Amino acid sequence: MSTPPKPTTPAGRTSEGASANLTHGAGASVTMPARGPEPQPRGAVIRGNHPIDQAEAAKRFMAAPEHLAMHDQRLWDLRQKRDRQKDQIEEWEDLRQLASDIKTHTLTHLDTYLEEFEKNAKANGVHVHWAKDAAEHNAIVIDILRSKNAKRLIKSKSMLTEECGFREYAGEHGIEVVETDLGERIQQLDDEAPSHVVVPAVHKLRTDVAAVFAKTIGSDPNDSDVAYLTEQQRDHTRPLIIGADAGMTGCNFAIAETGSVVVCTNEGNADLSANTTGLHIVSVGIEKIIPKCDDAAVFVRMLSRSALGSPITQYTSHFRGPRKGGEMHIVLVDNGRSDRLGMEKFWTSLKCIRCGACMNTCPVFRRSGGLSYGATYAGPIGLIIDPTFNRHKYSTLPFSSTLNGSCTNVCPVKINIHEQIADWRRVMAENHEIPAFKKTMMKAAGMLLASPKLYRASLPTADSALRYLPRFIVYNRMNTWTRGREMPSVPKETFHQWYKKNRGKNGKKS
Amino acid sequence: MSSESRAAIFAAIRANRPNIQPPLPDVPLFDANAPDDLVPPFIEMLGKMGGSVLEVKDGDPIAALRAAITDKGIIATCVPELHGDPSLQIRAILSDMAPVSLADVEIGVVRAAFGVAETGTVCLTDDELIVNTAGFLPQHLIVLLDPKQIVPNLHHAYKRPELRDHNYAVFQTGPSATADIEGVLVHGAQGVRSLRVLFCPAAVQ
Repeated sequence: MSTPPKPTTPAGRTSEGASANLTHGAGASVTMPARGPEPQPRGAVIRGNHPIDQAEAAKRFMAAPEHLAMHDQRLWDLRQKRDRQKDQIEEWEDLRQLASDIKTHTLTHLDTYLEEFEKNAKANGVHVHWAKDAAEHNAIVIDILRSKNAKRLIKSKSMLTEECGFREYAGEHGIEVVETDLGERIQQLDDEAPSHVVVPAVHKLRTDVAAVFAKTIGSDPNDSDVAYLTEQQRDHTRPLIIGADAGMTGCNFAIAETGSVVVCTNEGNADLSANTTGLHIVSVGIEKIIPKCDDAAVFVRMLSRSALGSPITQYTSHFRGPRKGGEMHIVLVDNGRSDRLGMEKFWTSLKCIRCGACMNTCPVFRRSGGLSYGATYAGPIGLIIDPTFNRHKYSTLPFSSTLNGSCTNVCPVKINIHEQIADWRRVMAENHEIPAFKKTMMKAAGMLLASPKLYRASLPTADSALRYLPRFIVYNRMNTWTRGREMPSVPKETFHQWYKKNRGKNGKKS
Repeated sequence: MSSESRAAIFAAIRANRPNIQPPLPDVPLFDANAPDDLVPPFIEMLGKMGGSVLEVKDGDPIAALRAAITDKGIIATCVPELHGDPSLQIRAILSDMAPVSLADVEIGVVRAAFGVAETGTVCLTDDELIVNTAGFLPQHLIVLLDPKQIVPNLHHAYKRPELRDHNYAVFQTGPSATADIEGVLVHGAQGVRSLRVLFCPAAVQ
């Protein structure tokens, strides 16, 4: 039996979404081969305040070859798309420097700009609230919703609300929260945190999504066609959007000069969330402030190019005040940010615009998945932000890095991420937050490295040992470095031996 | 209490902020290489972002618009170039309409305040949309754009008064899209499934 042709739309496409090989915007620029099915590896095991074992979760991710290959390929493609975009903009490096300088200026004058933003937002008819921490943020939002007798909240993606655990809190207080970003909705329906700040479900295969949707919204469990899955979600979510009582968005940039917030999405779901109901609540981290409209141009030009290798998000939305007949509330949230501002080595992490470029380029992130970090922020930026929330629980995260510096090189606001990762390792060592075994090894290494004589004497021994030791001694369980790595081949002599032989005592060639 | 928290946050910021006074840099316009005619680069970028241009024959954009909407279901219009006509299922958008009342619309017809050549973007504001949901609740969008109202890049765009004077202004670039599942791009994630730009000089007011 032949299936009837699908009705065409004015755009000439079938009504069930676009064709499968679009390569622009946020899409992959390469054909991703069909993969799976394979059981989805889950994230880090959370045991109360116990330090997260990222390596353990990463190991499980690497043991799922289909997931690993897709994740690695997708994120590396995003990095390459980012490079192609950057290469088309002559002033790219100027923009990075401008962005970094604007953020430096703003963060060192943060009180002034917050006051200006508040004054202008109020003049636009916006209600402005202040929350010192996550608990206060959640309570304020619930209070606003209750005052309007709102039961269902439609919401666009916001890392701040993830940080605050808002969705769980709202659920406990009788509010039905509907995430409207596809990736975030997938994660909500699967009761899993987002694994990436821009592409929340990037660690899932389409077959994983098909299984989640079959269980939760009744799609065909055997149909993992991406256009079909996306359409199922649209059909399922749209009535929830139309019938919602309130909307909530995050904020990418808050412009002090105008009192407006800028929200960037590809789906248009922030606009839906903000404008469809009569109530728009915006959660804003206090570090999101920028002084002027002129400054917004610098960041908007770089955000999506850095994140997805696309020139701009499909929707860049500016909300300055309530829509006609509506109400708008902005909740400005500190939640540790003012403390971070006082950390000499780490305050510049507040410049972050959450583009995720550091994640896409990071070899550790690409091979371990964002959920392996067991924290709201994963990848390189997570390694330097998470410990500010809980120094003990996230004490091992700064060690999940090769310190190759690629994150720093792609960061659009020029945060010295890899240097801060190294600095956090020092902080952890000073605060005795290093596992005993690593500590003993580092103490021994420290003694060796502190003494040139000892170091030089030890090198030929170590090298020849490496040459002659059987594999099982070098690649054993105690040596975490060689898990998943091969040791380099050993030189015949050390540099100092070569120098002594060839250049003699006075440095001249013999 | 929000006011106590406000005071506490400001006190913490003032105690902790780094004690340096770097200036706010001036942002250049970066437009030295902008071409005189901004229409071709705008069209190229619009296409790269998944949008398209509604072709005009014989220099009559309104005829092209009418052809594009005939027998396509419910049409909603916010532009003076296309009047409401119940017999043709054309609905004029009025300011007292409920936002969700546009959920059954097949094609929305709106006018952009301006376009951006760098990205193929159109700027829609609450004034032009009349009801904000007109920009994203319809299944498809046709956007009228005056070719004279195209700026070279986003630096120019952020100089425009629309960003300062309007409660809602959106830079829309192509249709709603998502690549959240394995990087496969699909148009029409939550907003419009397609976006076509019709070059049409603004009617003299």
